[in-house]
Amino acid sequence: MSTTLYDKIWNDHLVDQQDDGTALLFVDRHLVHEVTSPQAFEGLRNSNRKVRHPNLTLAVADHNVPTTDRTKGISDAQSKIQVDTLEANCKEFGVQLFGMDDKRQGIVHIIGPEQGFTQPGTVIVCGDSHTATHGAFGSLAFGIGTSEVEHVLATQTLVQKKAKNFRINVNGQLPLGVTSKDVILQIIGKIGTAGGTGSVIEYAGDLIRSLSVEQRMTICNMTIEGGARAGLIAPDEKIFNYLKGKPMSPKGDNWEKALNYWNTLKTDSDASFDQELNLNADEILPMITWGTSPQDVITIDDKVPNPQSETDEDKKNSIERALKYMGLKPDMAAKDIKIDKVFIGSCTNGRIEDLREAAKILKDKKISSHVNAMVVPGSGLVKEQAEQEGLDKIFVNSGFEWREPGCSMCLAMNADKLKPEERCASTSNRNFEGRQGRGGRTHLVSPGMAAAAAISGSLDDVRKYQN
Amino acid sequence: MQKFNTLKSIPAYLPIVNIDTDMIIPKQFLKTIKRTGLGKNLFFEMRYDDQGKEINDFVLNQNPYDSSKILIAGKNFGCGSSREHAPWALLDFGITCVISSSYADIFYSNCFKNGILPIILEEEKIKELSEYANRKEEISVDLNDEKIVYGNNEIKFDVDPFKKKCLLEGLDDIALSLKKSEKIESFETDLKNKKPWIFND
Repeated sequence: MSTTLYDKIWNDHLVDQQDDGTALLFVDRHLVHEVTSPQAFEGLRNSNRKVRHPNLTLAVADHNVPTTDRTKGISDAQSKIQVDTLEANCKEFGVQLFGMDDKRQGIVHIIGPEQGFTQPGTVIVCGDSHTATHGAFGSLAFGIGTSEVEHVLATQTLVQKKAKNFRINVNGQLPLGVTSKDVILQIIGKIGTAGGTGSVIEYAGDLIRSLSVEQRMTICNMTIEGGARAGLIAPDEKIFNYLKGKPMSPKGDNWEKALNYWNTLKTDSDASFDQELNLNADEILPMITWGTSPQDVITIDDKVPNPQSETDEDKKNSIERALKYMGLKPDMAAKDIKIDKVFIGSCTNGRIEDLREAAKILKDKKISSHVNAMVVPGSGLVKEQAEQEGLDKIFVNSGFEWREPGCSMCLAMNADKLKPEERCASTSNRNFEGRQGRGGRTHLVSPGMAAAAAISGSLDDVRKYQN
Repeated sequence: MQKFNTLKSIPAYLPIVNIDTDMIIPKQFLKTIKRTGLGKNLFFEMRYDDQGKEINDFVLNQNPYDSSKILIAGKNFGCGSSREHAPWALLDFGITCVISSSYADIFYSNCFKNGILPIILEEEKIKELSEYANRKEEISVDLNDEKIVYGNNEIKFDVDPFKKKCLLEGLDDIALSLKKSEKIESFETDLKNKKPWIFND
């Protein structure tokens, strides 16, 4: 029978299948961070259980870590307890940890691929919804809750039910200045934040194949914002080249064996999907979010919606609520939205290519005098690479702050946050109420668009700054 | 885990769609290393003003909804982050049943691990039930019979049989999976032969 890529990975990981459709799935790779793991380790301790495969588990502190001078440690007492707890748990249970002073430290979804821990055809889980990122490698990767983290630690398996197959085909070529961030924002705008609920989304089409590995990660990363737990892309030469020689990638004979297997990881040409969506890349424009949900997208040439033109009562109420929170007037032009802050970073857009894209726009330019802007590289290795290329100097010369790696203002668990009513152009993934700080107002954009906004002082069109 | 069987309560109605887990429990409360104590911060931003005073307009600040065990809410409840702190906060507040027309996948599965029953009903039925919240009348939920009784009416709901069993009996699913240890071991042996690079040894 013809199968999809998702079907193949699923079938290949079935430990047990119950009659009611519930399955026990083997987990090849488990990423752990400080926020969603303490209660899981405590659970193991209370029941006298061990970590079944410490060598299939990798831990890093990312959510709570300061992005300023780390020699002083963590000043917030609770954050410190959480990071210290992770360290103690990893030691006790024999799990490898990249500590705060390790240059490999970074956002969990950036370090997995960077180390070659993330591999095609694997099942990868983490107590974090943006685990979907790793699907760019043709792995089945999804976020889980803390009880499930404990379950995976104890059994190296997870109880799951099979999801539906949803394919999104993107064909054509992206216009200059339009990126994979705009593609995924466009997709979420079309399907809505619940559009992918109960499904695994496979991204296909010639545009997807033309994207770099990092650009693919941005798309898979925000799949969860469309409600699907996992998004995946069939692995190809770009993926194999990216992984070759990475510290945790297969070596020698194993590399050849892995490669043979990885080459089989694709959807059969006659496989059927429960749902399909086709998009034309040529028609995608630079996107922004105007509201408090990632589905609230418009193009930079558009206007903010008017609740009066909405007939559906629920939608009308939610537009009104979002406009009020965001401090915006109906029908105002996107380019008239003045900003206070710019944040470049996160597991969505904190990789080297993202920093290059922003730096290209900022070179020899100054950011607007009323804008406060910062770059938080996704990992210590991204930071190091950027510094080798001189990107840090471009950012600093334009007026940006150059920080230490972590999740930072994407979710504002550390000291980096918006004040009430402050408005931010952000390359992160969520614009929920309070996400970047209580009362803070977030507009999601691509790194190039964030750079353009920093220069103009208002949301602006990155195409204006393209050479 | 606390068992779930039947429940009777005046429901609280929160008519907002896409309630995300950041709204249910904002990130400043994720720094805990415990599962308990989050109830007072449930819906923090909607519940308290800048001075930390309760906002009277917010439903869970009003009597009798401040002791509701059932929450009725708009569609796509629990979207966003995977934080299990969201169901922990609901549970700690005393809410053990949520009724909505749809849920985000991770939140939905997190509920069952914590003795919370998330019920899916059509929008129309939700509107009907919300009237009971407005009138401050009790409704009852019966998991075994998969029904909600309100006034002289009842509505049936569907729940996955395995999840239902775990909830009714308060089962620890790690223990259940460990009963399949032999199967896990044989899968691993096979995996080492077929894909030796996975274990990297």
